[in-house]
Amino acid sequence: MTATQAPPRERSERRAAAIDSDRSKAENRLGQRLVAPAVVLMLLVTAYPMLQALYLSMFRYRLTAPDDREFIWFSNYSTVLTDGLFWQDTWNTVLIMVVTVAVELVIGFAFAMVMHRVIFARGVIRTSILIPYGIITVVSAFAWQFAFSLNNGFVNSWVPFIDDNFNWFGDHWPAMFAIMVSEIWKTTPFMALLLLAGLSQVSEDMLEAAKVDGATWWQRLWKVILPNMRAAIMVAVLFRALDAYRIFDNIFVMTKGAQDTESVSFLTYRQSIEQVQLGLGSALSVLLFLSVLLLAFGIVKLFRVDLAQARGEG
Amino acid sequence: MKNKTTAGTWIGFVLILVWCLLPVVWIISLSFKGPGETGAGSPQFLPSDPTLQNYRDILGIGSVTSGQEATAGDFIAALRNSFFISLIATFLAVIFATLAAYAIARLEFRGKRLVLTMALAIAMFPVVSLVGPLFDMWRTIGLFNTWPGLIIPYMTFTLPLAIWTLSAFFREIPWEMEQAAQVDGATSWQAFRKVIVPLAAPGVFTAAILTFFFAWNEFVLAISLTSTTGSRTVPAQLSFFVGPDPFNPPYGTLAAASVVVTVPIIVIVLLFQRKIVAGLTSGAVKG
Repeated sequence: MTATQAPPRERSERRAAAIDSDRSKAENRLGQRLVAPAVVLMLLVTAYPMLQALYLSMFRYRLTAPDDREFIWFSNYSTVLTDGLFWQDTWNTVLIMVVTVAVELVIGFAFAMVMHRVIFARGVIRTSILIPYGIITVVSAFAWQFAFSLNNGFVNSWVPFIDDNFNWFGDHWPAMFAIMVSEIWKTTPFMALLLLAGLSQVSEDMLEAAKVDGATWWQRLWKVILPNMRAAIMVAVLFRALDAYRIFDNIFVMTKGAQDTESVSFLTYRQSIEQVQLGLGSALSVLLFLSVLLLAFGIVKLFRVDLAQARGEG
Repeated sequence: MKNKTTAGTWIGFVLILVWCLLPVVWIISLSFKGPGETGAGSPQFLPSDPTLQNYRDILGIGSVTSGQEATAGDFIAALRNSFFISLIATFLAVIFATLAAYAIARLEFRGKRLVLTMALAIAMFPVVSLVGPLFDMWRTIGLFNTWPGLIIPYMTFTLPLAIWTLSAFFREIPWEMEQAAQVDGATSWQAFRKVIVPLAAPGVFTAAILTFFFAWNEFVLAISLTSTTGSRTVPAQLSFFVGPDPFNPPYGTLAAASVVVTVPIIVIVLLFQRKIVAGLTSGAVKG
């Protein structure tokens, strides 16, 4: 009995497996076809030009003098890396990144706490917080530039201990301050919303339990709320830090790099587009790309952020 | 205790409103100030003598201040460019992203993680790095200073956000309902149109809003890859409004132009705030 029954079952199992693998093969193919357009576009517009930049960065190549194009190995890199301006700009960029992200983390968290508690007018608060998020960065830069302006800004007359004739854009630190204010104003909402999403995942029961056990507000914040929001905080910091490192619009509008307020992005733009130094500009592009890569790697390693896990991506 | 927290929340609420809206109110107030008031030494917040002249100058309606005749034409051309470039880029990016996100949310295929990792890498990509090579390439193939020359990179840089947002949305859709509808006698087309489309539409729409915001806002590529008002978008055009005197920029005109380009953002935010928040957070944190 068993001997006669066994072979057919085996066959049917095999057939099922064949159908299954056929189906999974088809699914595999369909999946790859569906993502293909997006993948091809992303590679064409980012990977290919990046390789092009790598290639161009080894040439002395200025668009106004195409005949003088000459292969010079890594000379452009040594030119950039031995130039004080590059390091000044890198320092500015890092400083802006660290200060703005730190301030945004504090303000954003305060906003998230308020938004989490508010039970009235949620629509009003959501709308007003989304306006800085949606507004054009150039507009934000103009608004703050005019606010800090010596001629017609309100900052000098509103803020105590500031002389009415104080020129915010006349010196390095005040100008950096104005740039950072605009950057912080524009991007805090993004931080606040990500932190709010993290905050809403902290279990109320746990907080209640901590309260019953006699934990103070401060202890609850540091021992319960923040550890449980770790993933959300890290994602927010990662995204914002890399975004801040690319700062360009605010500087372009507010100071045009005057008073040593230039960022690495602005330097790269100036060399590539304004000076049409494609060789030198490409070397800067590659260095900027590498520093962002390094930064991303550093943040992910340092804080052990698992983005896939944070998103529930298996 | 209870009263204290309520008071704290109230204060926080007011502070958030002031912080978020003060610069917006400021730029609106500035847009109603005449040249006499925006000139030297009149730092009061609200206009003492409100005028519509800045809006007339920027939109080319009625009598225009002398020296500003070209402003309105350039601004309206830039508005048109911005509007169509953003809309086309949004439309195409959302189609590409919907296909990809459907595959990521529903199908098992090799390279899925690779696609997601790549999208993430591009979301963090320093756009300025590409400005030089793209400038060179676009000039060679004739895309420099054209609409497609901006649409193509805008699509690329919005795809990551759109794919992440949409795949998060699609994963939440109860796809079994499609089969359930078919069991109940619906054709596959009916099941798709009456069951799946209504469930997926909010996600697709949200991705479209976020994509549009990005394209409307983009500045680096807009100034690098355009050279005339034939394709220059609003953010780039605004940075070119210097006026005849570089030491005394036309504050009022700039403020009025800023208000005009902020109006669409405010309208979209007012109508769809809930969706935008859901989309923003679902793309980054599991919601």
